[in-house]
Amino acid sequence: MSDNPNHFQLFNLTVTFDIDSLTLAQHYRELQRMIHPDNYINAGSGERLLALQKTAQINDAYHTLKDPIQRGRYLLNLQGYSPSTEFHKDPVFLMEQIELREELMQIQQLTALNEFLTRLEQRMRQLIQQLSHQLAAQQFPTADITLQQLQFFKRLQEEALTLEETLT
Amino acid sequence: MALLQISEPGQSTAPHQHRLAAGIDLGTTHSLIATVRDGIAQTLPDSHSQHLLPSIVHYSSNHPPQIGQTAKDLACTDPLNTIASVKRLMGRGLNDVKTTGTRLPYHFIENAGQGMPKIRTNAGDKSPVEISAEILRVLKKRAEDYLDGELIGVVITVPAYFDDAQRQATKDAATLSGLNVLRLLNEPTAAAIAYGLDQKATGIYAIYDLGGGTFDFSILRLQRGVFEVMATAGDSALGGDDLDRILAQWIMQSAKIPEDAPPAEIRHLLEIARQIKETLTTKDSVLIQLPPALNNNWQTEITRDQFNELATPLIEKTIGPCRRALRDAHLTVEDITEIIMVGGATRMPIVRECVAQFFGKPLHLDIDPDKVVAIGAAIQADSLVGNKKGEEMLLLDVIPLSLGIETMGGLVEKIIPRNTTIPVAKAQEFTTFKDGQTAIAIHVVQGERELVTDCRSLARFELRGIPPMVAGAARVRVTFQVDADGLLSVFAREEISGIHSEIVVKPTYGLTEQEIEVMLTDSLTHAEEDVATRTLREQQVEADRVINALRAALQIDGHHLLKKEEFLAISAALDELLKVKAGQDAKAIKQGIDRLNQVTQSFAARRMDHAIRKAMKGHHIEEFTPGNS
Repeated sequence: MSDNPNHFQLFNLTVTFDIDSLTLAQHYRELQRMIHPDNYINAGSGERLLALQKTAQINDAYHTLKDPIQRGRYLLNLQGYSPSTEFHKDPVFLMEQIELREELMQIQQLTALNEFLTRLEQRMRQLIQQLSHQLAAQQFPTADITLQQLQFFKRLQEEALTLEETLT
Repeated sequence: MALLQISEPGQSTAPHQHRLAAGIDLGTTHSLIATVRDGIAQTLPDSHSQHLLPSIVHYSSNHPPQIGQTAKDLACTDPLNTIASVKRLMGRGLNDVKTTGTRLPYHFIENAGQGMPKIRTNAGDKSPVEISAEILRVLKKRAEDYLDGELIGVVITVPAYFDDAQRQATKDAATLSGLNVLRLLNEPTAAAIAYGLDQKATGIYAIYDLGGGTFDFSILRLQRGVFEVMATAGDSALGGDDLDRILAQWIMQSAKIPEDAPPAEIRHLLEIARQIKETLTTKDSVLIQLPPALNNNWQTEITRDQFNELATPLIEKTIGPCRRALRDAHLTVEDITEIIMVGGATRMPIVRECVAQFFGKPLHLDIDPDKVVAIGAAIQADSLVGNKKGEEMLLLDVIPLSLGIETMGGLVEKIIPRNTTIPVAKAQEFTTFKDGQTAIAIHVVQGERELVTDCRSLARFELRGIPPMVAGAARVRVTFQVDADGLLSVFAREEISGIHSEIVVKPTYGLTEQEIEVMLTDSLTHAEEDVATRTLREQQVEADRVINALRAALQIDGHHLLKKEEFLAISAALDELLKVKAGQDAKAIKQGIDRLNQVTQSFAARRMDHAIRKAMKGHHIEEFTPGNS
């Protein structure tokens, strides 16, 4: 292992989008068992700080790899592809977003909201599948667009969840 | 082997000696201390066999403060000098206190709306941190008398939903009471440890913790000694105390007692309300009779149904956080293996009904809900000081509320979202707006809302000493770090010049180091030891810790991770520290520790990398199924 391993190497995983989440979680826990600050309570302040920083780094790497959107972005970055700063204006996608937003604004009942959230999750799963194929085929520009679209869905999902709190 | 012979003759490191540690539940209504003896965690009683210490402090002009039951007995006769529920004031401002607790009967000192309010007592103005420290001192003494030795360290529990200011205030109180805090542990997590280790549990556990003044709900995944908090939510100003208040108000209205009744009467009514609430957990109705002092000829009966009606809106407020935590953890009620009930207020039948109904399954109440948190903390403390060899336990907790900074227009930019596993560090870059600007102000807030005014202000940081450059040229990288206690610290570095910016912190509700120093001096004026003795003692303890840790590290890794010159340099620094440690100069000991930390820095880093490699050893990339690449 090099001195500055990337997130995948840190957990001893192949650098690829489709990772086994159970293996990731298992390797994460094994690392934490060794490095977590709880193991260094009786050590000197320098070593304690180091354990804290390393654990924070391991946590960050874990959460990046666990989340498909962040993992996708990280992979693009590793491949040296810098994401487009402009949003790809796909009229069909934008129309869908506008309609979903309008639908969300009308929702007043928890059951309707749950149904809406389920649909969002389905669409996100489709896009993640698509992202996986694009990254495997090294189609970085189109993968970048899919990531942008996923980001839109994620924001919509967050707004829907905020609404859930006011409905209950 | 030479490396193994560095301990001094007659000064054994005694690796298998049992080290004294304890867990403390610093509660709103009562506090407890527990410890592990002969492998069993148990709470410790006082000389009257009482385990629960009422979290009440009474101040007087001519006696030392009285704490616990004796203070509680004075609450009705001397309410202004008898401070109860101080936990509600920790890390809070006067405005919070006014809005959250309905008219606490104390004399608060206005501090120009800044910081934690002090309370005027016959013994002077007291900060909530000082008052909490009095409670901690009693518990410390109880444990040290019982164990017949000095505690190496303690784990203190805090509500999972406590923000940074509330956690810091708790830690400051411990420092003031002379306790070494090994870890601040979230209360629901502590309860999960108490249950989980008992039963070797595996599955997803929901912890519903309704205490005297706080409500927490946490979801944990338990798996072979790993306690992973998936999400937490709650309300740090909601608890059983609120039910007493609602009931007291109902009595006041019914008995036509004016709202501005004197504090002694209100205190008395709250006590009557608490007794009624407790009686109604087992009885269907209670006759309320007010003593002549309050209202001579008034009496009435209250049924459990009537009380439930008063309590329901409050208890329903706890369901929202349950729902949010489930959502954050991407789970539904069906995924929950078991529900653990914690906190005295969960004894109330209406609470149990409400929770059982929401989850649609029976509840777990095997361990006394008043003691379970302290027991969990004791187990964690025992494990942290190294008494539990082999039975490893790993806690992965989260930050309960998002951390953000103020941006243009009073908006919040989130830096670390809620339910992120701690420790965590996030860096953010800042730049200057004006030519030659040498300082940048950063306002850190905690909360979920978009506007700064709707979040809690934690601190204002001022970065100074930025080299003068044209506007926008400086690149200041600010790192926000939350440690395993959930406490925030901030570092800054100007990237181009590499200069570490000086950070001036103004905690919004916390205490500055100088304030703590003053309190420490005050608290020691009547004590046997003085500040100098205490500082020397602390440095000696720290030196011992560093020396023991280094010796152990050298024994394990010294021979294969150090070159001869490095080993010699470390040995020299170690000898130097051993020499100054025997003396009386606290400053020299501190310098010796710093020097040793410095020369061992790269050894520590190598050990850490070695540990990582060791953890991943045996895992080969080939072990993945072919379809995955």
